[in-house]
Amino acid sequence: MLKVRNIHFNYGSTPVLRDISFEVDEGTLCGLFGPNGSGKTTLFKCCLKFLKAHRGSVRMNGTDISGLRIEDMAKLVSYVPQEHKPPFPYLVREVVLMGRTPHLGGFFGVSRKDKKIALDALDMVGITELADRPYSQLSGGQRQMVLMARAIAQETPLMFLDEPTSALDFSNQIRIWKIMQMIAEEGVTILACSHDPNHVAWFCDKVVVMNGNGIAAEGAPSEVISEETLREIYGDICSVRAVDGVRMVMPRWIMDKTYGGIGSLTPEASAGMGMTYD
Amino acid sequence: MSEWFQSLYVLRKMGYDDIEGFSEGRKVIILISMFAILFLTSAVAIVMGDYKISIFDVYLTLLAHFTPFYEVSDISSLHNTIVWNIRFPRIILAVCVGVALSIAGAVYQGVFRNPLVEPYILGTSSGAAFGAALGIVFPTIFPSIQVPAFIFGSLAVAAAYMLARVRGETPIVTLILAGVIIGSIFSAFVSILKYTATDTALREIVFWLMGGFYYATWDDVITIGPVVLISFFILWGLGWKLNVLSMGDEEARGLGVNPEKYKFIVISLATLITAFAVSLVGIIAWVGLMMPHAARMVLGPDNRFVIPSAAMMGALYLIVCDTLARTLTTSEIPVGIITSILGAPYLCYLLRQKGRVIFG
Repeated sequence: MLKVRNIHFNYGSTPVLRDISFEVDEGTLCGLFGPNGSGKTTLFKCCLKFLKAHRGSVRMNGTDISGLRIEDMAKLVSYVPQEHKPPFPYLVREVVLMGRTPHLGGFFGVSRKDKKIALDALDMVGITELADRPYSQLSGGQRQMVLMARAIAQETPLMFLDEPTSALDFSNQIRIWKIMQMIAEEGVTILACSHDPNHVAWFCDKVVVMNGNGIAAEGAPSEVISEETLREIYGDICSVRAVDGVRMVMPRWIMDKTYGGIGSLTPEASAGMGMTYD
Repeated sequence: MSEWFQSLYVLRKMGYDDIEGFSEGRKVIILISMFAILFLTSAVAIVMGDYKISIFDVYLTLLAHFTPFYEVSDISSLHNTIVWNIRFPRIILAVCVGVALSIAGAVYQGVFRNPLVEPYILGTSSGAAFGAALGIVFPTIFPSIQVPAFIFGSLAVAAAYMLARVRGETPIVTLILAGVIIGSIFSAFVSILKYTATDTALREIVFWLMGGFYYATWDDVITIGPVVLISFFILWGLGWKLNVLSMGDEEARGLGVNPEKYKFIVISLATLITAFAVSLVGIIAWVGLMMPHAARMVLGPDNRFVIPSAAMMGALYLIVCDTLARTLTTSEIPVGIITSILGAPYLCYLLRQKGRVIFG
């Protein structure tokens, strides 16, 4: 469904992506995981043609995207950006209706059906009650949910989400991940960035771990989210344990404090911990 | 009432379809009421004037031109001249200019994602001012004022656009900066011309810069009318795309709207009508900034509604201001002065009352 082959990208002379290749099958919820500055957002932008990769190719649904028009791309893949603030107070329902843009025709072309789809998408994300609020007055988390609904209304076979849960409270994080799982089960291929190793381990079918401009690991979360991988990208600060069979990533420092372990705690590591895991 | 509107096939075809929550029937009714108010105001404005003509005679003159029941030759030629050749084209020109500046303002604000942008932001006014000043100072080289004003007004924007275009993209910030640069260059040129001009020419330049409809003729209406009408319908049709563009370039791409292509189309059209308006009537401030705001306050930020309502409100505003300009005192007041005097308090109100909602 999504095939990324040998992508290279530089900002000026700084290499950001080096030889990135991976594949995501149809109906798979794939997590893109990696530390800050590892090139996740840049990879997104190359896949969506916001940026032009210097080398390599991206195929979606069997089509090489380099030849696709912007209008056709939008029928193939939807994009949930990181939280942003628009200059005009569009109502939430209008923002979601914008997701229908690639399917519109005619003079304005917004049909009854499009409005229904937009309202259904709001319902699916569970924010129908926000429909008449100005989008610009919502909290960051609420805005993320609206953008999610917009992507659902776009009805594309692929969906790219850039940290869709970064501004959400705990229950909404879980809700958004569950919705993504549900959409994936309906056959939509999803690529979602996340900074939370637990979310990736719990909810994704597949994980691509990026580090230092390349891919560090790739595969099922149970294999990829391991102490070795986390050590490689974050340094030696994480422990992976199974709690009643569920995989949990925890800061080692908390583990040591709780279970009275000694030895592994170095001053440098303890300084880094509070920051990486909140 | 709104059900009756829903049943109109045309409206549904245009996307004005009422479905729970999308209260578009109400908005369409407001648009139609605005049109009625605009029509009534024009009907009142044509009766007003320094030379008193009875209401009956005014409409008789119009009837003679619009219906076969009366002949123009039956009417006193003085009335015919005043009503048909002076007042009527003047009102139509005010409508055209009001529509042009307001929709240009709405479009610029949408594309530049900034509610404080006005149609002159890319240097149209400075360019046109320079062209007009050239025409005034060198009447032998430039036989008309309007033609050089239009040429340099468009030239200024084209220069700003090319200056801002880097590697196939025109980022908003660069574009606005380029507009400021080009604008200040042309302003400096205007200053040079003012400095070297004779007293009469200087007076004329200053007067032109304040803007006004005093020389309105049917030729002006025929020049600007079709351009404004066509641009209006195209921009109105692009209203939804403009909504998407105002979310930012990347999101517009994600939603299937090519930002470079549509930015170019809408900026070109908005600039074209602004340049036409400025070259015909001089620089009229505030309309292009205020009317889109007023429209958003009434109908919300959806550009499918903002563009037609801003157009009608702009037309209405300029008719009112121009009628004041020609009737308040025995001599004419440049309409730019009136639009500013009436406009500034309105923006103060906007800033104090609605600042948070509108400016974010």
